[in-house]
Amino acid sequence: MADNILEVRNLKKYFKTHKGQVHAVDDVSFTLERGRTLGVVGESGCGKSTLGRVILQLIKPTSGSVLFNGKEVTGLKGGDLRRMRKDMQMIFQDPFSSIDPRRTVCQIIGEPLTVHGIVKNRAEREERVLELMKTVGLAERLINAYPHELDGGRRQRVGIACALAVEPGFIVCDEPVSALDVSIQAQILNLLKEMQRKRGLSYMFITHDLSVVNHFSDDIAVMYLGQIVEMTTAEALFDHPTHPYTQALLSAIPIPEVGAQRQRIILNGEISSPIDPPDACRFAKRCLYATDQCRQKCPSLTEVRPGHRVACWRANEF
Amino acid sequence: MEHNEPILKIEDLTVHYELEDETVEAVNGISLELGKGKVLGLVGETGAGKTTTGLACLRLIPNPPGVVKSGKVWVNGTDIYALSDKEMNRVRGSEVSMIFQDPMTSLNPAFTVGEQIAESVQLHENVTKQEAYEKAREMLELVGIPASRIGEYPHQFSGGMRQRVVIAIALTCNPKLLIADEPTTALDVTIQAQVLELMKGLIRKYGTSVVMITHDLGIVAEVCDEVAVMYAGSIVERGTLVDVFNRTLHPYTEGLFNSLPNIKRRGEDLKPIPGLMPDPTNLPAGCAFAPRCAYATEACLKERPKLEKVSDTHWCACLAYRNEGFHIERSKGKE
Repeated sequence: MADNILEVRNLKKYFKTHKGQVHAVDDVSFTLERGRTLGVVGESGCGKSTLGRVILQLIKPTSGSVLFNGKEVTGLKGGDLRRMRKDMQMIFQDPFSSIDPRRTVCQIIGEPLTVHGIVKNRAEREERVLELMKTVGLAERLINAYPHELDGGRRQRVGIACALAVEPGFIVCDEPVSALDVSIQAQILNLLKEMQRKRGLSYMFITHDLSVVNHFSDDIAVMYLGQIVEMTTAEALFDHPTHPYTQALLSAIPIPEVGAQRQRIILNGEISSPIDPPDACRFAKRCLYATDQCRQKCPSLTEVRPGHRVACWRANEF
Repeated sequence: MEHNEPILKIEDLTVHYELEDETVEAVNGISLELGKGKVLGLVGETGAGKTTTGLACLRLIPNPPGVVKSGKVWVNGTDIYALSDKEMNRVRGSEVSMIFQDPMTSLNPAFTVGEQIAESVQLHENVTKQEAYEKAREMLELVGIPASRIGEYPHQFSGGMRQRVVIAIALTCNPKLLIADEPTTALDVTIQAQVLELMKGLIRKYGTSVVMITHDLGIVAEVCDEVAVMYAGSIVERGTLVDVFNRTLHPYTEGLFNSLPNIKRRGEDLKPIPGLMPDPTNLPAGCAFAPRCAYATEACLKERPKLEKVSDTHWCACLAYRNEGFHIERSKGKE
C-alpha cells in the first residue's frame, strides 16, 4: 500500500453567480504520496487555486471528500479544523498582500506559533522565530523589520517561514515564485526543495509556469476549466504529452535557446466560460481533433499507460 | 547615407528620479542603436531600468520626479529632445509608439475600442471620422478581432483580446519604431503564443523596428535579432541573439541563464545568483554586479566597467576580461 498523505475524491466546488453556477472545480480526484510533489498547471481561471483552497478547507467544497492522512477533513469545524491546519499549510503567490503590513517579521512568523500553542512565552517565541528565519535564509537583523522594508524575495521567505513554523507535513504552494524575478525565483525554488529534503514535506505546487513545474514536481496534473485533463509523472508528461491541450500548452513555452523553435500548436480562441458548462469535452471548442463524440459527452480520466491518465476520447490515437 | 541611418539611436542616456531625500539612478549612461526592421530584446530584472529606457524613447519620463540628466535620443533621424512639445506629439504615434504590459490600464474603459483606435487615426492623419472608423475596422481584423466588435467596450474583451486592441492602436499609423514593454507578461502561455505570433507577423509585414522589453529569455530567443542585457541602469552585454545566447560573456548574463529551470534537464538544482540587485539610490562605486559576481576581483569593486567592443556585433562591460585567458563557466567548451 502506498503511503498517501492526501486523497481527494470527486471534489466539486461550484460558485453561484447571477449568471448561473461557476464550475470552478468539477469532479477532481487524485492521490498524493507522502514526500512527493504534485504540480498543478493550467491557465488563469482553470480552478487550480480554488482546488488548493478547497483542499485546505479555506473554502467549503460543494461535494466530494478530502482525506488527509486517512482522515476526512471536509466538514471539520472549530478546534478540530484548527488542529488539522497545523499539519497543512499554504504559501501564497503575492508576498505583498498575504502578510500584514502593520506587524513586524517577528510578530508575523510568531503568530502561528502562539495560535497553535507551540511556544509558551515571548522569549521562547523569539528563539523559535530566529531559528525559522535562519532556516529560510533571513538575516537576524530583520527580526523587527516591517514588510515594506523587505523586497519580494525576502517577503516570500517570511511567508515560507510562517508556513514552516507549525511543522506541517503538507504545504500548498500557490504560485509561490510567480511574482519574483528569475534570479530570486531560483533562490526560493532551491529553498523549497531543501526544506522538502530535510523535513520530508509533501507539496502541492500550483503554477502556470510549465518550466518551473517540470523542474519542481514529481507528478503533474494539467487542469482545464475545473477538470484534470491529464495526470502522470513529470517525465511522462513532458516526453509523451497525450491530451491535445497539454500538447498545445507544452509547445507554447518559449525556450531560451537560439533556434529552439519547434512545431508550435497555436490554439484558436480562448478558454470558454466555466458557467454551467454543457456535458461535452470542455476543450472541444479549441481542439484540433474534436469529433461529434467530443461535443456530446464529457470524457473521464482514464488510464492510457500505467500511471498515465488522460481525459480524452481519442487519447489512444495520439 | 540617410537610408542607412538607424531607426533608433540612444547616446549616453542618463535618467534619474529625484525624490525629496534621495535620487534613484534608474538609467546610467546607456547607448544603443537599432536598424530598420530589427527587433531588439531589452532584458533584465525588475528595477534594471528597462521601462525607463523605453519611456525615454517617447519622451514620456514622468517629470517630476524623472529627469533626463544627459544624453540624446534620435528616432528615425530626429533628435526628439530638441523638439517642441507640439512637434513631439506628432512624432508619438506616427513615428514611435508603445505597448504597455497591462492592457486594462492602457485602454480607456469609458470609450469603445473603435473610438480609441479611430482617435489615433484622426490625430495623425487628415481624414474624416468615417474614414477613421473604416481604418479602425481594418486594424481590428488585422489583429484577429472581428470588425463587428468595434462598438464594444474594453471590459467586454478578454486579456488577450485587449492586448490585441492595444497593438492595433499602436500600429494604426504605421510607426517606424515600436516599444513593447512586456506585452505578453500578463497573458497565459497559449494566449501569449497567439499574441507573439501576431506581433511577429505584423513586424515582418510592415518592417517595423521593435524594442521588446522583457524578462523572459524564452521570448527573446523567439522574436529578437539583437539583445541588450541591463543591470542596475547600465547595459552590461549587447550583441546579436547568437552572441549573447551562445557566446555569453558577462557573468550576469550567465547567472540569468543558470537561474532558469531547463525543460531538458529536470530535477537539476538551479544555480541562482546570490544576493540582490543593489539599491538604485545607492549604487556601489565599482561594477554594480560585483557584490554578486563569482568572478569579481579587487578592481571590480573600485572601477565602473565600460561597455567595450569584443567583436563587430558584440559588446560587454566586464573588467575581468582584462586578465588574458579569462572566461566564464558557460562559455567553456564553446567556440
